[in-house]
Amino acid sequence: MRGSLSAELLKLRKRPATWLVGAVFVTLGLVFAYLFPYLSYRGSGARQGPVAGSGEELLLDALPASLVPSALGGWPLFGGALALVLGALITGSEYSWGTLKTVLAQRPGRLAVLGGKLTAAGLVTAVMVAVSLAADALASWAIATAEHRAVDWPPPPDLARGMAAGWLIVTMWCVAGMFLGTVLRGTALPVGIGLVWALVVEQLVRGFASTLDAIDILQRWLPGTNAGALVAALGAPTQEQGRGTPGITDVVGGTHATFVVAGYLIILAAATAIVLRRRDVT
Amino acid sequence: MTDHLIETKQLTKRYGDRLAVDAVDLRVRRGEVYGFLGPNGAGKTTTLRMLLGLARATSGSARVLGAAPGQPAALARIGMLVESPGFYPYLSGRDNLRVVARYASQPARRVDTVLDLVQLASRAADRFGTYSLGMKQRLGVAAALLKEPELLVLDEPTNGLDPAGMADMRSLIRGLRERGHTVLLSSHLLGEVQQICDRVGVIFQGRLLREGTVEELRGGGSIVVRAEPLATAADIAGRLLGDASPVAVRGNALYLDAPAERAAQINRRLVEAGVEVHELRWSEPTLEAVFLELTNDRKESPHAWQPVG
Repeated sequence: MRGSLSAELLKLRKRPATWLVGAVFVTLGLVFAYLFPYLSYRGSGARQGPVAGSGEELLLDALPASLVPSALGGWPLFGGALALVLGALITGSEYSWGTLKTVLAQRPGRLAVLGGKLTAAGLVTAVMVAVSLAADALASWAIATAEHRAVDWPPPPDLARGMAAGWLIVTMWCVAGMFLGTVLRGTALPVGIGLVWALVVEQLVRGFASTLDAIDILQRWLPGTNAGALVAALGAPTQEQGRGTPGITDVVGGTHATFVVAGYLIILAAATAIVLRRRDVT
Repeated sequence: MTDHLIETKQLTKRYGDRLAVDAVDLRVRRGEVYGFLGPNGAGKTTTLRMLLGLARATSGSARVLGAAPGQPAALARIGMLVESPGFYPYLSGRDNLRVVARYASQPARRVDTVLDLVQLASRAADRFGTYSLGMKQRLGVAAALLKEPELLVLDEPTNGLDPAGMADMRSLIRGLRERGHTVLLSSHLLGEVQQICDRVGVIFQGRLLREGTVEELRGGGSIVVRAEPLATAADIAGRLLGDASPVAVRGNALYLDAPAERAAQINRRLVEAGVEVHELRWSEPTLEAVFLELTNDRKESPHAWQPVG
């Protein structure tokens, strides 16, 4: 599998789309977790809507001590969507460019090829998470310095938990994109369907959850809900609290959320392997 | 060890109700250039896909380099170009080959060697997306050669090449045979197959109609006679040649299944009998004529030709 991984990393490193998705991921994190809240704080203070809360709350969220929940706050929503796009590009493009047959006719075997893709995707998402956290840390330090506040970093175990949770969420969505790209053998349709699911369907289901018990049970097992709950378990304010980012919810606990997100990651990877292994390459 | 690098038995592929490949028995011998000849849609590419493990057979079996299709150990010894070359448009030609080399566990130094071989070194740094069709095809062949494969499977390798490029490709394939490689190439270009292949299999509507050397497929030549009266000429020629050499009347000519050396004797007899001989010549069918005859017969009657095997 080493050859497959090496080939995948070369492709991803040289692909402009990889850098673009990564740059948008980091930029959106900075804008929604730090720039807008800080500008709002510097403006009139308290706000409603996506950047909500009192002026002091907005500032506290942007300081280094809140790095983990603030940085991860947007990932269940836009971070997941971008990771899904990346995943769909990784597998779906191989069909649209006709490169899958070139790849599979080399030495490694289908599962080794997929193993290389999954590992490479996991490494890319780890880099995205690390770079985004680093950029967010820099932004929080700059805000703390500008506002003459103490620069108290979260304890290393909290930081490690945040990175692990963030990687799990982003990678799960990335693998979801890889699964859709493989099943639908392209990029456009998987990206469209994936985004509609992540940004619309799950939000609607959560909206109807209070009206029907069955829908409430259903939402507790959805990937987006559990990604949001995982971030909430790390201290991010929820929507129910009135100042959380859309998608952050505490309808399930952190342990439940961790297992469900990890379960989706494993199941989607296995399903991708089954489809790739069994289906003809046309 | 078997002398056949590829051997299929009743290999069949069905897509729903459509039979794409119908019980094909194919044998490609070590060291030969085998031409898989058929019109577009005949089942050539589907067969090649099955041999490479890209598609599963509905029934029947295949052994490629002694293993089931798609086995990594066998794939490591096969180079392939199936249909249009599939490469990453944002990568340069060289980087595309580096990617393929990594998948194939080949050293990076092979990349420049094969780029030189297909005369693409000067454009190796350009993005694949900017390549012409002919350059893409040559890059596909370069990728197929990366592994120094024992067996090369080339699907329409001269597609998109200009006449000079086609000649270069033929020369490259001949060179590969001389270096001991076995080549299975599919083509719908009869001239191409006739020029470079040791043996040919004709596939049509999913069935392998004939298999043999070009000479075997073309069969012997015949003596063509245009004369008046034709019936008298046919009678005289028939008596002269006997039952072993049949005489056929097609249009306004006689086709005599006899060696060229007997032309003078036939001419003399006809003239002595008062027959006016307008034309008498030796004729060899082209592969194209044989191919058209095979496929036309097939269209008219599904049982006109018995499949090989």
